[in-house]
Amino acid sequence: MKELKIETRNLSFYYGNKLALNSVSFNMYANHVTALIGPSGCGKSTFLRTLNRMNDLIPGTRVDGEILIDGLNIYDKDIDVVNLRKKIGMVFQRSNPFAKSIYDNITYGPKINGIHKKEVLDEIVESSLKKAAIWEEVKDRLDHSALGLSGGQQQRLCIARALSVNPEILLMDEPASALDPISTGKIEELIFELKKTFTIIIVTHNMQQAARVSDYTAFFYMGEMVEYGKTKKIFTTPDKKQTEEYITGRFG
Amino acid sequence: MKTSKKITGGLLIGITGFSVFLIIAILIFMLVMIIIGAKGEFSWKFITQFPQNGMTQGGIFPALFGTALMVIIMSVAAVPFGTITAIYLTEYAHEESIISKSIRFAVRTLAVVPSIIFGLFGLGFFIKFIGTGMDNMFNAGQLKWAQPNILWASLTMALLTLPVVIVSVEEAIKSVPREMRDASLALGATKWQTIRKVVIPGARSGILTGTILAISRGAGEVAPILFTGAAYYLAKLPTSLSDQFMSLGYHIYIMSTQSTNVDQTLPIQFATTLVLLLLTFTLNLSAILIRVRLRKK
Amino acid sequence: MDTKIIFPEDRESLNLHETEESTAMDPQGQKDPNAFVFTKESLKKKIRPSEFLSEKLITGVAFLSIAIIVLIFFFVFREAFPIFTQKEKKSETQVTAVIPEKYGDTSSGNTVKPEQYGAETPTPENKEEGKTEIKNTGNVIKPERYGVPEDSIQESTGEEEYTGSEISQLTPAETFHLSSLFGKEWMPVSERPRYGLIPLIVGTLKVTLIAILFAAPLAILAALFSVAFAPHWLRETIKPAIEMLAGFPSVVIGFFALTIMATALQAVFGYETRLNAFVGGIAMALAAIPIIFTVTEDSMNAIPETYSEASLALGATRWQTAFFVVLPAATPGIFAAVLLGIGRIFGETMIALMATGNAALLSANPFESVRTLAATIGAEMAEVVFGDTHYSVLFLIGALLFVFTFALNAIAEFYVKGKLMKRFQGKLS
Repeated sequence: MKELKIETRNLSFYYGNKLALNSVSFNMYANHVTALIGPSGCGKSTFLRTLNRMNDLIPGTRVDGEILIDGLNIYDKDIDVVNLRKKIGMVFQRSNPFAKSIYDNITYGPKINGIHKKEVLDEIVESSLKKAAIWEEVKDRLDHSALGLSGGQQQRLCIARALSVNPEILLMDEPASALDPISTGKIEELIFELKKTFTIIIVTHNMQQAARVSDYTAFFYMGEMVEYGKTKKIFTTPDKKQTEEYITGRFG
Repeated sequence: MKTSKKITGGLLIGITGFSVFLIIAILIFMLVMIIIGAKGEFSWKFITQFPQNGMTQGGIFPALFGTALMVIIMSVAAVPFGTITAIYLTEYAHEESIISKSIRFAVRTLAVVPSIIFGLFGLGFFIKFIGTGMDNMFNAGQLKWAQPNILWASLTMALLTLPVVIVSVEEAIKSVPREMRDASLALGATKWQTIRKVVIPGARSGILTGTILAISRGAGEVAPILFTGAAYYLAKLPTSLSDQFMSLGYHIYIMSTQSTNVDQTLPIQFATTLVLLLLTFTLNLSAILIRVRLRKK
Repeated sequence: MDTKIIFPEDRESLNLHETEESTAMDPQGQKDPNAFVFTKESLKKKIRPSEFLSEKLITGVAFLSIAIIVLIFFFVFREAFPIFTQKEKKSETQVTAVIPEKYGDTSSGNTVKPEQYGAETPTPENKEEGKTEIKNTGNVIKPERYGVPEDSIQESTGEEEYTGSEISQLTPAETFHLSSLFGKEWMPVSERPRYGLIPLIVGTLKVTLIAILFAAPLAILAALFSVAFAPHWLRETIKPAIEMLAGFPSVVIGFFALTIMATALQAVFGYETRLNAFVGGIAMALAAIPIIFTVTEDSMNAIPETYSEASLALGATRWQTAFFVVLPAATPGIFAAVLLGIGRIFGETMIALMATGNAALLSANPFESVRTLAATIGAEMAEVVFGDTHYSVLFLIGALLFVFTFALNAIAEFYVKGKLMKRFQGKLS
């Protein structure tokens, strides 16, 4: 029933000489939501960004260990990073629509992949926006600037944009941290829907959010993955003392 | 004791304040005197007419036209190169690498090299080296390119204004948020695609500002074109890149120091100065306004 | 907290049926057998020529700035070079006959040594070329005419003051020695040309000194006022005013100095020569003030606020803080500002051409005309015969100017920045 999607083996990450992730190993499953929690600077965002090799862009960084997606090591030297990123969508902490129209925001990815037929693009725009549950709100103003949308709408637009290239995995870096409770609720509901199709990894500061949306939770602390397991178990009967302390709000 | 301290303080503050006052007063005095001097001559006709009667009467249209043409050719050369250099510095080079540091040092040096040196370089490189080479290759040694003309003057000016473009484009590119680039790259765009479709469009107003500032600088500079293409008087407008041209700044210089009736043409000199000032101010002002709008975003 | 949260796994078990159904029905959820899989083949490294080319091209263009600096070095020196080689040879017309090795090769094109292509040695033909060009430029007026006619003290006064023993001792007529560059006379267009750079250098230094003495205190104090004392609205007025001054083309400042300032200053100070080092210096100060102001203000703004706050907290007044804390802390920046200002003045051409009187006199009197290095190039280059000694000497002057400003900039850049950084980072972090 559970299909293994991503597996990390002894993943370590360095900024220069500084160790940011220390030998992290665990599995993430297809069509499940995995939440990464922990205090700021614990390495959870860094970990997320190693999954689509966004950290490659930062000079002076180094990765040890392996990340296997469907059994393939994405840090293998023969891997094409650009194509890899096409299959792994990413949503960022601050909503970051391009300063273009809503329509152009969604078609950006497909166009880069060489899709230029108007009908196909129209279809992609509609389906992506529908999947991100924002179609009804914007369908009449697709040619308006995306910067005119509210924060919550912008973030859902960014999700739609990430979906436009048909990824299999969706990485979310605190997608709701800058949003009001209503928008947050909508995003959480959306995540619940999206996991039927995608493998979702979400970084969050908000413990309740992790508990509400994720099936599995990994607790990071000081660059180490302290505990990993079913969300319910982590939140109700954690094995490690540190995890319990963090979850009950004693630090972080 | 206390009062003497207070007096010292007041005096010192007074001196600093007076410095500001003096600078602004000189500025206003300059503007007012130039406007007064130009008042009688400055008119629409003055801008649109050719000089007449051995330049003692008439307008300055050829000088205005020559300046405009020169800055256009200059921009065509300086803006793409400046933009690309800025892109390299912000997107490709590592901030701390020796290459990036040397390029930055070179750009800053270019910005402080005296403008007359650019003129010498234009003469030695463009006219004597490239020009002679072109004449030997295409013109069977006939003199065509190995002499001052508008092309060499514009290219010389382009070198001078290159740092202006680089600095303002770089600033604009830096103002494009990191997240935009990340979003594009995460969608599977390559670096070059990201630059072309996200970074450059985001920096468009900066490129525009840079162009305007470069034009404003280039329109006012005279030293680089003294012996690379500017002419004292031409009966017709330049029609080819190998023609010489008249320029506003050069016109002011030559009229005020070398014409035979300096006093008689004084109003023309003032009016030409006013035109040049208005031109550079309008350009600078529009660049500032664009920049302010950019910062607000 | 626990009671409120419905964990996804509970939620799933509640609507297990529905979830599975919808997964199955969602067309996007169905696994297309042809769909992308993470395999070695599908993710094989692709070669992207456009990516590669654009990167190489951009990198190449970026090196242009460095290349330009190197080329300026090379070409300005190259044109100046002949004066070092023709040291013992006869100058002017005789030179043409003496150096056949360069002459013969001009037609054979680019395979020859670098000094040879383009570097027209004064062969008879080339001389003609040079002459036609001068006609084209329209600048047939002799250099003595630069400056305002009524006070053309140039040649005549010069002759009166320095004739006789010194000169004949330096240069036997018609021969050019490098040592003659250290002569006290600059008289390139005469029966017996003399290329002594001393009066030009002294003149330049004189003007620079006057200008910087005027510009630096004014700009630095104004910057201090703007940073430490000015209310917000006033600061917002000062900045555009300075920017406006910076936007003045130097030819406009030169014109203003020539027509209005010279007369006004003469009326005030009552000196004899209308255009002189003093007028030129004041005018150049106007060009240097914006640079000095801006760099100084930046360096004052870069001082961490804790500095002045600490001082104020100790009971110092605002002016004490400004003069005893802000000003000293900004010294490296102010030093850089002054250096850049000097560089600007030193190389300024148009103002020098228009406002200094352009007579190469050697004197300490600030109210006498001077001829600066930059102005000499600007005034004489259009009239020289390409390739002759005069031409090369002008390029040599250019090379001097270039090296000097390059060095100033390098000092401002490396020394001052390093010092500034050490000062603040060392103490703060």
